[in-house]
Amino acid sequence: MAQHQIQVKVNGTDHKAEVESRLLLVHLLRETLSMTGTHIGCDTTHCGACTVLLDGVPVKSCTVLAVQADGREVTTVEGLEKDGKLHAIQDGFWQEHGLQCGFCTPGMMLTSAALLANNPDPSEAQIRQAISGNLCRCTGYVNIIKSVQYAAAKLRPEAG
Amino acid sequence: MIPATFDYHSPQTLEDALALLQGHPDDAKVLSGGQSLLPLLKLRLGAAGHLIDIGRIPGLEYVKEEGGVLKIGGRTRESALEHSDLIQTKYPLLAQTAAVIADPLVRNLATVGGNLAHGDPANDHPATMLALRAEVVATGPNGTRTIPIDQFFLGLFSTALAPDEILTEIRIPVPPARSGGSYVKLERKVGDFATAASAVQLTLGAGGEVASVGIGLTNAGPTPLRAADAEQYLTGKQPSADVIAEAARRASAIATPSADRRGAIEYKRQMARVLTGRALKQAIEWAKEH
Repeated sequence: MAQHQIQVKVNGTDHKAEVESRLLLVHLLRETLSMTGTHIGCDTTHCGACTVLLDGVPVKSCTVLAVQADGREVTTVEGLEKDGKLHAIQDGFWQEHGLQCGFCTPGMMLTSAALLANNPDPSEAQIRQAISGNLCRCTGYVNIIKSVQYAAAKLRPEAG
Repeated sequence: MIPATFDYHSPQTLEDALALLQGHPDDAKVLSGGQSLLPLLKLRLGAAGHLIDIGRIPGLEYVKEEGGVLKIGGRTRESALEHSDLIQTKYPLLAQTAAVIADPLVRNLATVGGNLAHGDPANDHPATMLALRAEVVATGPNGTRTIPIDQFFLGLFSTALAPDEILTEIRIPVPPARSGGSYVKLERKVGDFATAASAVQLTLGAGGEVASVGIGLTNAGPTPLRAADAEQYLTGKQPSADVIAEAARRASAIATPSADRRGAIEYKRQMARVLTGRALKQAIEWAKEH
């Protein structure tokens, strides 16, 4: 079958679409659903700019078929903010200047959010390891690490 | 980049997947994690008329010991292997390999079976499985058969899997006491293929001698290579610094890497030697401590 009816929950909202077999998840998000927060960088599974959460797990959406996401949940950068309130990771990138050009930022934030969901108090080495599939060409990563640490501290219960 | 047109199938059972493969004998590909296959299709280095996605078939993801054998389901994610307590505590070679395959995001989708079935000597698990003397379970229309790993890799991107077979399981003998392993990889950056890498699995005897050893080399030829001469040389010997150095030299002597942006042939062969020496030392340390 070259055409498929799929239903994907993106940021909590169900979307139905008729897609070609070869349509990539990143193109479903950007072109079919007009959600351009997910970026296309290298398009060859290296840079991580297209990272989204698939059922909560960070993956490179340029290397997933849209039809593979049928019946599953996708979180994009547009889904981080809730009710006008920034996610802690977004606040962290703001406070610690975790971005310059911003191209890698959506992927960086989603990978980091997934890390913090599993490991509320990661070491610097664990943060560096977790984002090693997301390339940043501006910051040298130092402020990105600080941003994730800021978010981790903010998310921990004792921080109130 | 957009792949050329293909038809996508999402069978719910292994039987349906096998029937689909049989129905398209010339131009079907099994889609597992897709982290090698989809880039190939996007770059138009490969083509397929039909993709048979085994992603929704239950029962293909597991890591367990059973009857003296470690069994890894063909679709087990690399990230699952990397974070498995059993693998971390008892199979250092597998744990160290899983941790350096591509990057963490790719490992969330990439599968152990796919890493082998792709038949790429630059992949990391092929050399690992040579060192571990694994067997590959292939399921086809006439049932299952096991393929010794030494007979599995036939050439560049070519394996002993028939077009109508699916790699459903990897079997590894549970190592005896005083065993250890190590995977040492040189890569330019996270996510790159190995400039050179060496996989070692060994068991020490009561007197500290090498009772048995497996050595596999990554990206050192058109297939992953077993360093048989080095294995034979080491077996029965006390692993002194000189013996390890000679074994590493013998392992690197079989490497036939090609020159590319990662380095010249002689450089890669020297790196295979250095990395094999390090892997042997680390495997011996682990074996002494466990």
